[in-house]
Amino acid sequence: MSKVSDDISKDLKDQPKFTTDIGEKDQDHHSFDLGEQTTLKKIQHFLHGNPTIVPVIILILSVIAFGFIAGGKFFSAFNLSLIVQQVTIVGILAAAQTLIILTAGIDLSVAAMMVLASVFMGKLSVEMGVPTLPAIAVGFISGIATGAFNGLLVTRLRLPPFIVTLGTWNIFFALVIFFTGSQSIRSSDIEVNAPLLHFWGERINLGGFVFTYGAFLMIGIFVFLWFLLNKTAWGRHVYAIGDDKEAAELSGIRTDRMLVSIYAVAGLVVAIGAWVSIGRVGSVSPTSFYEGNLDSITAVVIGGTSLFGGRGTIIGSLFGALIVGVFSSGLSIAGLDVLWQRFALGCLIIVAVGIDQWIRKVSA
Amino acid sequence: MDKKGLSVMQPVLVAKKLSKKYGKVVALDSADLELYPGEVLGVIGDNGAGKSTLIKVLCGAVIPDSGEILLDGKNVTFTSPIEARKLGIETVYQNLALSPALSITDNMFLGREIRQKGFMGSFLKFLDKKAMADEARKRLSDLGLLTIQNINQLVETLSGGQRQGVAVARATSFGTKVVIMDEPTAALGVKESRRVLELIGEVRSRGIPIILISHNMPHVFEVADRIHIHRLGTRLCVIDPKKHEMSDAVAYMTGAKQPPQN
Repeated sequence: MSKVSDDISKDLKDQPKFTTDIGEKDQDHHSFDLGEQTTLKKIQHFLHGNPTIVPVIILILSVIAFGFIAGGKFFSAFNLSLIVQQVTIVGILAAAQTLIILTAGIDLSVAAMMVLASVFMGKLSVEMGVPTLPAIAVGFISGIATGAFNGLLVTRLRLPPFIVTLGTWNIFFALVIFFTGSQSIRSSDIEVNAPLLHFWGERINLGGFVFTYGAFLMIGIFVFLWFLLNKTAWGRHVYAIGDDKEAAELSGIRTDRMLVSIYAVAGLVVAIGAWVSIGRVGSVSPTSFYEGNLDSITAVVIGGTSLFGGRGTIIGSLFGALIVGVFSSGLSIAGLDVLWQRFALGCLIIVAVGIDQWIRKVSA
Repeated sequence: MDKKGLSVMQPVLVAKKLSKKYGKVVALDSADLELYPGEVLGVIGDNGAGKSTLIKVLCGAVIPDSGEILLDGKNVTFTSPIEARKLGIETVYQNLALSPALSITDNMFLGREIRQKGFMGSFLKFLDKKAMADEARKRLSDLGLLTIQNINQLVETLSGGQRQGVAVARATSFGTKVVIMDEPTAALGVKESRRVLELIGEVRSRGIPIILISHNMPHVFEVADRIHIHRLGTRLCVIDPKKHEMSDAVAYMTGAKQPPQN
């Protein structure tokens, strides 16, 4: 044994070393020549290795900036906790969206999936006399099924996710109108027949900060998905598929099966969002959250996840959602018209994608 | 290794009368191949000779129309590279099939991760990252590659030769019986190519036979023990690189010269 290890260490000594043996031309990767880089390059490399830093910095800067612009009212415990309440639904949708975008896909149907699931929950429990928990379970099944349906279309028909979900967005929306006849389920009816549907909308007061249970659930979802993505093989495979699908396939990952499971998990997360949304809004409205699809993509992109797949963090999307919340709250407290909120958000998206492109050049 | 030695040894991998047609194009015409324990078998052939189809059949990417493959004397069939890999036939693809945004460790264990022991692993499916990192480090240092500083470095930060090293370390680590290397030096500079050739020698010295496909004659002649020359969809001959000149090999390949009878 010791002879073998001696041999190895002797071998190691005799080996031409990679670090010294490679010509100068090949040395432009970061582990070997940090000393020769410009500051800008160093920043680029640092951001490349820590993609969540950008949204964190933007979040801190925007909180400080709006603190100055909008004054104490912005910093009030009530307002800060209101921001968290307001981003709960978009945050949960963004969590699901992150899974899809990490695979280099995109899901335009998340909000329609969510409304469909909430319609099942509301219809069954309020109007058809089904006990609330089974009704919620049906909503969850609806979320998983619609998600898996997207995944099957993407993998079986080999269609781009953008097209698949553009189609299913309209299909799910049509189903919502079909099942509800365009009628909302009123909040008061839910309160009488299925108060459990409002559970995640209940508030607790922590020293002036008012949080809904749903906000905690959102944080819980992000933490859970973080563990899933970083600590399990399933999570590593999500990244591998988004990074290079062919390589993942050749490494022995069953990419089609994985993709269907990713879309299904996203669907389940969306269905949990459906339950939370009933608590948040009060009623079940077939036309609510019409902009939820794009809002969730906005949060993910601002959160530093690359639209090209394989890069990004789930926590970044939480910060992305919070940034959107801080912007809308800050700008409205500052008295700006809604149109300028949208304007600012638009600029933010373009800057975020621009930064992503710049950071990605490191590997090129 | 002389011919008498080979004839008493049982080949690890045998391909018999493999045929494959694409429409009217005959890519493989009753092709044979033998790979013996501990050898490097170079496979060369002109463009369109069918060598890449041969290799794709051996690694599971293409299903032959007829013919059989024997691994350790046993008839085997596989319909995908994953199945071939389960039987111990590992392939290092020309594009390496690595995920650049994942770490060295993640890449080496992609698709066969180690889970934590007990509840955390069996129920929560948590990965044992430390065990994987230790194992990855051990395997790289076995191949003389542990000048890579950080095992959790992203693969995209590595040079071409280092990436090749990671791909080879991955291919030689899991009860491997045969390694197929497709154009391993094609994308590399002179120094890095040299390192990869040493790597091939390192793998051979650990007793794992290698099928090496390359267009680079000097590289093939340097590391191969025997050279399989493929022409018109079948095996033309197998030559000993020590007894033949490179120019002969090219002449056989292109049909300018009749191959030796053996």
